[in-house]
Amino acid sequence: MKHIDEYRDGRLAQGIAATIAAEAIGGRQYQFMEFCGGHTHAISRYGIEDMLPANVQMVHGPGCPVCVLPMGRIDDAIKLALRPEVTLCTYADLMRVPATAGANLLKAKAAGADIRMVYSTLDAIRIAEAEPARQVVFFAIGFETTTPPTAIAIRMARTKRLANFSVFCNHVLTPPAMRAILGSPDAPAIRLDGLIGPAHVSTVTGTAPYVSLATEFLKPVVVAGFEPLDVVQAVLMLVRQVNQGRHEVENQYFRLVTEAGNLIAQAAMADIFEVRPSFEWRGLGELPVSALRLRDSYADLDAERRFSIATVRAADNPACECGDVLRGLKKPAECKLFGTLCSPETPMGSCMVSPEGACAAHWTYGRFRANASGVAQKAVA
Amino acid sequence: MAQLIDEIFRDAFDNPLLDQGNDQAGFDVPAGRMVMSTDGYVISPLFFPGGDIGSLAVHGTVNDLAMAGARPLHLAASYIIEEGFPLADLQRIAIGMGNAARNAGVAIVTGDTKVVERGKGDGVFIVTTGIGRVPPGLDLSGDRARPGDRVILSGTIGDHGVAVMSTRNNLGFETQILSDSAALDGLVADMVGAAGPSLRLLRDPTRGGLASTLNEIALQSGVGFLIEENAIPVRAEVAAACELLGLDPLHVANEGKLVAVVAPEAAETLLAVMRAHPLGRDASLIGHVTRDEQRFVQMTTSFGGGRIVDWLMGEQLPRIC
Repeated sequence: MKHIDEYRDGRLAQGIAATIAAEAIGGRQYQFMEFCGGHTHAISRYGIEDMLPANVQMVHGPGCPVCVLPMGRIDDAIKLALRPEVTLCTYADLMRVPATAGANLLKAKAAGADIRMVYSTLDAIRIAEAEPARQVVFFAIGFETTTPPTAIAIRMARTKRLANFSVFCNHVLTPPAMRAILGSPDAPAIRLDGLIGPAHVSTVTGTAPYVSLATEFLKPVVVAGFEPLDVVQAVLMLVRQVNQGRHEVENQYFRLVTEAGNLIAQAAMADIFEVRPSFEWRGLGELPVSALRLRDSYADLDAERRFSIATVRAADNPACECGDVLRGLKKPAECKLFGTLCSPETPMGSCMVSPEGACAAHWTYGRFRANASGVAQKAVA
Repeated sequence: MAQLIDEIFRDAFDNPLLDQGNDQAGFDVPAGRMVMSTDGYVISPLFFPGGDIGSLAVHGTVNDLAMAGARPLHLAASYIIEEGFPLADLQRIAIGMGNAARNAGVAIVTGDTKVVERGKGDGVFIVTTGIGRVPPGLDLSGDRARPGDRVILSGTIGDHGVAVMSTRNNLGFETQILSDSAALDGLVADMVGAAGPSLRLLRDPTRGGLASTLNEIALQSGVGFLIEENAIPVRAEVAAACELLGLDPLHVANEGKLVAVVAPEAAETLLAVMRAHPLGRDASLIGHVTRDEQRFVQMTTSFGGGRIVDWLMGEQLPRIC
């Protein structure tokens, strides 16, 4: 496949891996966090851990939109979907995310809720047009990558005067989450030497928002693509910055990412959304100015207002350690539930649901590796 | 109407045992070991690039018999038809089925049709049952893989699943890919002739793909696998479609491919024989059986790292066979 195979070239990767091994200073530990689930998935799927020297370690970050969505918001979505007049349109990876008391959208659907899986926001618009008697709600989640498509759908609904369409907005912002990780009281425990910055998010935001983070926290940030060669090259760039005492924002993904980002997408987002004062993130808690909601000028298309949704905060299963995993404090296999009660078949925590979640990626691709106690994880028969 | 349907099948299947018109087919049983298998076919859509439900219903059951190393002898076919289903489509399916059976050297010797009310079926469902004869001295079984054995795949993976998916209107992509649906008994006969008792087992990676097949064998035999991603043939179009849809070709169904586990000393001979057959032209040695109490299927990725090849979790796609 043109434009893909080039970035999966194993021989080039071996060369870069050899350079990393040569340049990583013996006796020094390098610990880098890949912020995005896309990177986590690539690292697991291509076995990148096997190619790095033992003193260069990757810590998984919280950049999986499904994983950071708090349970209370899934509860809201289920309640919405169970209203007889509502058709809830959602991306498929949300279907199995656990809500309160073992509920999820899949079970709600089986119980009769009208829930439709869509590939695009425009599918939801089409459903609203085709079925004017239904109240079609799009369950919008994701970082800056998926926000512009939601903005476009809202604009279309306005233009088409679609009275039966609305958006349940759960879009969140990347830089505040990165700030929360770097500035949290846990930061010394995680002891990060640098970050691999978001790929697709950065095509929208550009690299500029990360500059203040790099200078304030003295950590190098390398924005990298989601292909495995991108990740390996980004690790080399981080090792070099650490060795040279630099803490800059570098752009490995310059084939798509610019400093300023996609100005048209940014304008569409700014037109339709405003920043919430605060929003709950699973694992990270309440983060100030970290999420978006519809502006008053689009209040009529806001499902939260149309259906008077008042989110009730729901407590996670106390044994589930998704919170620590999302903050990089624990590796998936260090959670007691991992591979015992919690697996992709029966996820207890959100990190086990999305293929981009750290636990699902480690389970699906990496569980043959020894865990903290030196024992490979057994499959639950 | 019943007579009309009856004629469609008699014409299409055309064999003397069926023509006798009895409620059963009578035939002499050869000496030795027989195998029997049955399968229901509920694919949507009924016609797909490279085949239809009729040919699939023959190939699927013939292949299940062939995976025992058997030569398929006879098939029985049961049709459940939804009221109002176009007779022209039924005829097309029956003709496809008859041709597929003749090409595989089996006869459809008995059958049944039922018509159900409109809305109680989805066009046509077909159940086929087959019997075959295993050559003397051959014992193929999923529990016979041993550490060190070699694993050979007969050709490209994912063709069937992607061909069927491409016809689903909500996915909206077009491809030239044809289903690989085919009867493998001819290829198997050549393989049995060449490798005989060195063959441990055969399995066709249908639903759940190559990944699920290898995991099934790992569990049955109590072993692990180590395979090489680079050695697994995948058509560029299939790889591209999977990339777009977020699927792993290792999980996509095949209907004309097999996996052979064979003693190491016979692997090269077997590979050569397979490549000499039209249905094994792209055969490839993809890895070997390992000693592994965890029964993991591991893969060296084309990128150079290692990972697990897991079961397909849930349903990747509904009703593809």
